[in-house]
Amino acid sequence: MGKELRVGFIGNPNCGKTTLFNAYTGANLKVANWPGVTVEKVEGSFRYKDYQMKLIDLPGTYSLTSYTMEEKVARQCIFSDDVDVVVDVVDASALERNLYLTLQLIELGKPVVMALNMMDIVEKRGMEIDLHRLPEMLGIPVIPVSARKKKGLDILMHAVVHHKDFSEKAPLIHHHDKAEKESTHLHDHHKDFAMVYSDEIEDKIDLIKNALKKKYPDITKSRWHAIKILEEDQEICARYPLDLPQVLDKSYESRIINEKYDFIEEIIGEVLVNKDERAQSTDKIDRILTHRIWGFPAFLGIMAIVFFLTFTIGDWLKDYLSMGIDWLSSSVGSLLESAHVSVPVISLLTDGIIAGVGGILTFLPNIFILFLALGILEDSGYMSRAAYVMDGIMGKLGLSGRAFIPMLLGFGCTVPAIMASRTLENRQDRLRTMMVTPFMSCSARLPIYVLFSQMFFEDHAMIAAYSMYVLGLLVAIVAAFLVHVFNRKNSDYSLLIELPEYKAPSAHTIWIYVYEKVKDYLTKAGTTIFVASIIMWFILNFGVHGYTTEISDSFGSMIGRFIVPVFEPLGLGYWQIVVALIAGISAKEVVVSSCSVLFGMGNVTSPTGMTTLMGVLGGMGFGALNAYCLMVFCLLYIPCVATLATIKREAGGWKWAGYAALFQLVVAWVITFLIYQVGSLVI
Amino acid sequence: MKLTEGEILQTYVVDQVELPIQTERRLEALGLTLGSSVTVMNKKKHGAVIIKIRGTRFAVGKYIGDHIQVRKGA
Repeated sequence: MGKELRVGFIGNPNCGKTTLFNAYTGANLKVANWPGVTVEKVEGSFRYKDYQMKLIDLPGTYSLTSYTMEEKVARQCIFSDDVDVVVDVVDASALERNLYLTLQLIELGKPVVMALNMMDIVEKRGMEIDLHRLPEMLGIPVIPVSARKKKGLDILMHAVVHHKDFSEKAPLIHHHDKAEKESTHLHDHHKDFAMVYSDEIEDKIDLIKNALKKKYPDITKSRWHAIKILEEDQEICARYPLDLPQVLDKSYESRIINEKYDFIEEIIGEVLVNKDERAQSTDKIDRILTHRIWGFPAFLGIMAIVFFLTFTIGDWLKDYLSMGIDWLSSSVGSLLESAHVSVPVISLLTDGIIAGVGGILTFLPNIFILFLALGILEDSGYMSRAAYVMDGIMGKLGLSGRAFIPMLLGFGCTVPAIMASRTLENRQDRLRTMMVTPFMSCSARLPIYVLFSQMFFEDHAMIAAYSMYVLGLLVAIVAAFLVHVFNRKNSDYSLLIELPEYKAPSAHTIWIYVYEKVKDYLTKAGTTIFVASIIMWFILNFGVHGYTTEISDSFGSMIGRFIVPVFEPLGLGYWQIVVALIAGISAKEVVVSSCSVLFGMGNVTSPTGMTTLMGVLGGMGFGALNAYCLMVFCLLYIPCVATLATIKREAGGWKWAGYAALFQLVVAWVITFLIYQVGSLVI
Repeated sequence: MKLTEGEILQTYVVDQVELPIQTERRLEALGLTLGSSVTVMNKKKHGAVIIKIRGTRFAVGKYIGDHIQVRKGA
């Protein structure tokens, strides 16, 4: 073990910070092209020469005030002993805005190294950055890197190690001769600090510094604290109250920000050549995708393509997989029979485990394509455009367009979608978004739609399945509206979000994203669904008299029959369906896997399995309307256990998870009831 | 005039911002300071606008856009 060196990675949202972090640690963190991906600090470590480097990925932030959650987390972490050196990741193509955070970091007084990322975009636009002048003006090392191409990684760490002791501070060279001569301030700070304020501010800083040192002798970084006190920073003012009415006559925050930007303009003027001359492709694309009229149809079209690909290509591949599972099930069955294994064990393996878990595995292609499409949308930079396009509708629901991002992510998986609601600043908005996000149809519900729509709607299967997504979206919107009407607490629902440059999605990032999702899906198949299948097999093959082959004597049948009356008015009054729905709370796919077990079929998702299941269901009087009602109920009812646990954690208490479950159960019951009753009248 | 009344692809100078202090400071941190220039990239009927400040695009809702006063120039 070498010496430990703790390095904090910080930067504006969308500056490539997490990509750079991943390039070092190899950690498979999610990277997306919208703000707020790193909502918690993430750590990773690796060895560099004699050092054990411990890297900390901090939330993307534009400044270090204490207004938002991300800023507070980032500031506290850098200020604490958790960080020895700060790596400021800067998007070179947006140098002007990124430098604002840089100046604040330098002011904070910890060793800072700048990682200048995205130089390729700068070059592509015909711009140039004077890499010699920039460090001179800032007094910190500036290292050009490419997070995507993994260039400059070694030299950056080299600089970090070298710069860890602040004594080796780089020299500051400014051309402020005139300002320095005219200055009436007592000290010449231009040789000590990158950021020197106007005389009035510098005079005040000196006075506050002296007062601080007198009153709080142990204080370190007194210049930074003095500036924060001038800005009337809540946290610092509360910790170090001062009684200096003449000096602290008002908040100087606005002045200080303005003076920083003045200095930034000076830097930009000296180091940036050919600023922003070429017409940018992002502006051209945005002219259509964020157009006042075409923006919305474009959004619907993009979503339609996503689901079209998911269903067509996914279904085509799914048929091959299900053939494989069929073959596996029958070979295992005959192998075990020839080995004279007892009947219950063969049944457990083939009817329980292979049928349950295997049935779910066949949907892997659909899931894969869905996440591939969502991954491309996220990485390309479209997500925040969707927030803008939907801002009008969301505004009517009392939410900002930003709340639409968690909802859109809900098409993939509700768990990360609920976590994404953290980026909303207002707690009321967060809670409301959490309550409605589970209505967005997640990928786990997809197997249910694929199976039942293929069985009962043949040529119109895709329309039936697509209608679920539309219905889920509508219910979410109506639910959000109702909550808004009944609870008009003043929430700040004005949108403010960065629209990053469009970029060609990086294959590596997408691969990590899809790989994670597919791995989650397989893990779930191997754990939750595996266990659920065994439990299902048990309650369906055991009754009060022990092992039974007569399913109607089983525990499952007893439980189902008990609850059936509640589901009768929804067209779902079949005990098998009821049992499948209860089992589905563990994970929504389990509704499908348990159908295999419930109806005693090797694989309900194969063509022969589907024909047989349809025959059995048809014999019970279960037709297309019932199938549609089942799909609707599955779409809307209690979210899965993982989602409930996430709501509990994010909202802070089981109370909210309980509300969510109850709310959704009632909504599901009422809507399915209406569809079934109206449908019965029409058909 | 209000930022939301700006024309697409026109650049304006920020004259006045009257928003809750928290939002105002966040905008300033993003570079929308008094006297800075802002370009309207796109806007919608209900009032949301896409603006470019110091080389970065932001979407802002109607409420924010209505409370930023700008004038022609730059």
